[in-house]
Amino acid sequence: MAFEGLADRLQNTIQKIRGKGKVSEADVKEMMREVRLALLEADVNFKVVKDFVKKVSERAVGQEVLQSLTPGQQIIKIVNEELTALMGGEQSIIAASNRPPTVIMMVGLQGAGKTTTTGKLSLLLRKKYNRSPLLVAADIYRPAAIKQLQTLGKQLDMPVFSLGDQVSPVEIAKQAIAKAKEEHHDYVLIDTAGRLHVDETLMDELKDIKELTKPDEIFLVVDAMTGQDAVNVAQSFNEQLGLTGVVLTKLDGDTRGGAALSIRAVTQTPIKFVGLGEKMDALEPFHPERMASRILGMGDVLTLIEKAQANVDEQKAKELEQKMRTATFTLDDFLEQLGQVRNLGPLDELLKMMPGANKIKGLNNLQIDEKQIGHVEAIIRSMTMAEKNNPEILNAKRKNRIAKGSGRSVTEVNRLLKQFEDMKKMMKQMTGMQQKGKKKGGFKFPFKPF
Amino acid sequence: MLGSENMSFFKKLKEKISKSTDTVTEKFKDGLSKTRDSFSGKVNDLVARYRKVDEDFFEELEEILIQADVGFDTVMKLIDELKMEVKRRNIQDPQEVQSVISEKLVEIYDAGEGQSAKLNIQEEGLTVILFVGVNGVGKTTTIGKLGHKFKSEGKKVLMAAGDTFRAGAIEQLEVWGERVGVDVIKQAEGSDPAAVMFDAIQAAKSRKADILLCDTAGRLQNKVNLMKELEKVKRVIEREIPGAPHEVILVLDATTGQNALIQAKTFKEATNVSGIVLSKLDGTAKGGIVLAIRNELKIPVKFVGLGEKMDDLQEFDAEKYVYGLFADQVDKTD
Repeated sequence: MAFEGLADRLQNTIQKIRGKGKVSEADVKEMMREVRLALLEADVNFKVVKDFVKKVSERAVGQEVLQSLTPGQQIIKIVNEELTALMGGEQSIIAASNRPPTVIMMVGLQGAGKTTTTGKLSLLLRKKYNRSPLLVAADIYRPAAIKQLQTLGKQLDMPVFSLGDQVSPVEIAKQAIAKAKEEHHDYVLIDTAGRLHVDETLMDELKDIKELTKPDEIFLVVDAMTGQDAVNVAQSFNEQLGLTGVVLTKLDGDTRGGAALSIRAVTQTPIKFVGLGEKMDALEPFHPERMASRILGMGDVLTLIEKAQANVDEQKAKELEQKMRTATFTLDDFLEQLGQVRNLGPLDELLKMMPGANKIKGLNNLQIDEKQIGHVEAIIRSMTMAEKNNPEILNAKRKNRIAKGSGRSVTEVNRLLKQFEDMKKMMKQMTGMQQKGKKKGGFKFPFKPF
Repeated sequence: MLGSENMSFFKKLKEKISKSTDTVTEKFKDGLSKTRDSFSGKVNDLVARYRKVDEDFFEELEEILIQADVGFDTVMKLIDELKMEVKRRNIQDPQEVQSVISEKLVEIYDAGEGQSAKLNIQEEGLTVILFVGVNGVGKTTTIGKLGHKFKSEGKKVLMAAGDTFRAGAIEQLEVWGERVGVDVIKQAEGSDPAAVMFDAIQAAKSRKADILLCDTAGRLQNKVNLMKELEKVKRVIEREIPGAPHEVILVLDATTGQNALIQAKTFKEATNVSGIVLSKLDGTAKGGIVLAIRNELKIPVKFVGLGEKMDDLQEFDAEKYVYGLFADQVDKTD
């Protein structure tokens, strides 16, 4: 059940080609089959895959690939470019009506994450755009859906409009807008009930809400794990309501998220945001190029780089990198790095973004627990300078003292030391990988050198 | 000929189905109508369009199967086997391939035979059922529907509000509890789910309940810490009642693509999943994932959600399911 990335898939084909002087059309065809399988495996709709492969083949069969010295890289490059292009530019802009309030309707299937996304979006509007949103609880069907929005509202200190579950959603929407005008809220986010795109009665209800509120945005909330049916869902919602944007949720899972491509290709509606966690600030703009490399299974290096840039002190990072290369990385550096890395977000997510990270031995066993970082910090802080710089001198007596000082057990101290050693080894491997990549292909970082 | 064995399989199925009545079969037939239309319909169409069996034919067939969200590996295996079979029997006519396709699908379905769709309910004493799954698949709704089912069978049911994380989750279960007429054991939002389970088990023991349905928070299977938390919840149940939980039910959303298999695999590793509830099967042209799960993971599907009403949770009946998929062909058999 292994999800092979495209890079891995092409490996075999490329191995064969390497021995030959020239790449034939048959080779391209074979590579295209791998591309096709990789996309299908990522849940991209088969029709979309078909069109896509045709387009890429046309480009690939031409001179570009055949004259290239590294056809594998070229193919991936073309695929990646086409994929990115197909997914459109970055469009995380939210409409602003010149006659406030701006109305946003959230629609989608059951369990897609509409209510959570509504909460996240309101926080984004307030934090990034300094707006004052009103949340509207229009899901009168699912038990406690209103309560869910109200609880989120309380957490975020965001007003929630509700008339209970005995009033029709259309009426709720109507009164909510009046209320927003009265209280000078400039955004109204309507959280509607989940419904099947084939449920005519409930779809008509959405049409009525649309008719009445004339929303500036209608966002379809879609679970990133959705399979082949994503196309039908998106198409149906789009035809009946005229979507203005898509929000892809649960992208912090390990799905490839091919649904994103299908939806975009079929509806031509931009994917505006992605949900990346259960916390209320885990909503990010959609980056087509990152999604492309994720679908192809090449790791989300760009996200990692950007995150690191935003959070890590560059000067320190350079020093650190130097230390990593020269292997003079000490426990003290480790401590400092932990602090910085912590600002980047959950560690396991971070590691996941690195291509090839899953292949590094020992990394899978390197379980990362946020709470444990606190323990690790305590342990390191209980060491003397000499010990930090030279952990080899740690004998049983010293370890005992450190354990007592940090309130952890000796076993934990030992485990930390082991992990530190593993990490050092890992760094060596990684810096090794990067250097090798630079030397060999001269190919850009996100692509694994063959 | 194998083809005729296949026909007799359909015939046997038809006889069995016509004996068992009625509304349930109809529910399967209706609920799966989308799956059937898109699947058998497409196979029929494919077979009619092609004059000979070639690469393109197989490629399209591959797409039809993929489109039904039959697991990727299962499809690849199936296509390879079909190709071999076609070569071996020297089949040229697409019409002939059709029977081989059904045959192979039935084979996959048969490979999962012996897996019981029945829940492991204790004759005496408490039966604990733990529900797990990713976010938004319908765990709480499934518990509500199952609670209703057990209650109407005259059992004494309790529910444990183990989703202490998501906003409104406890209230959601409470509403179900009221609807169904079942007590819900809960603690405050944010409390330790393992502690909720402990309480619930004590309550179930002292109230002499027959069934305890344990809700848990949705979690993506790649979140190591959350999966550990789930293991802990299970451990607490095991410690309090030897042999429990008697069922660990993984709820899967039928609209999920290839990720469903990873979910099943990871949750199985963490909590030893004993059965699957496939939710939201009515809304999708899918359900192919059932085949993949049977084939690759050997976890039986125990219930399917075929609608939003309280009694729209149906015990999974493999025969009725296959009938639902192949209704046209089965009905044609005399």
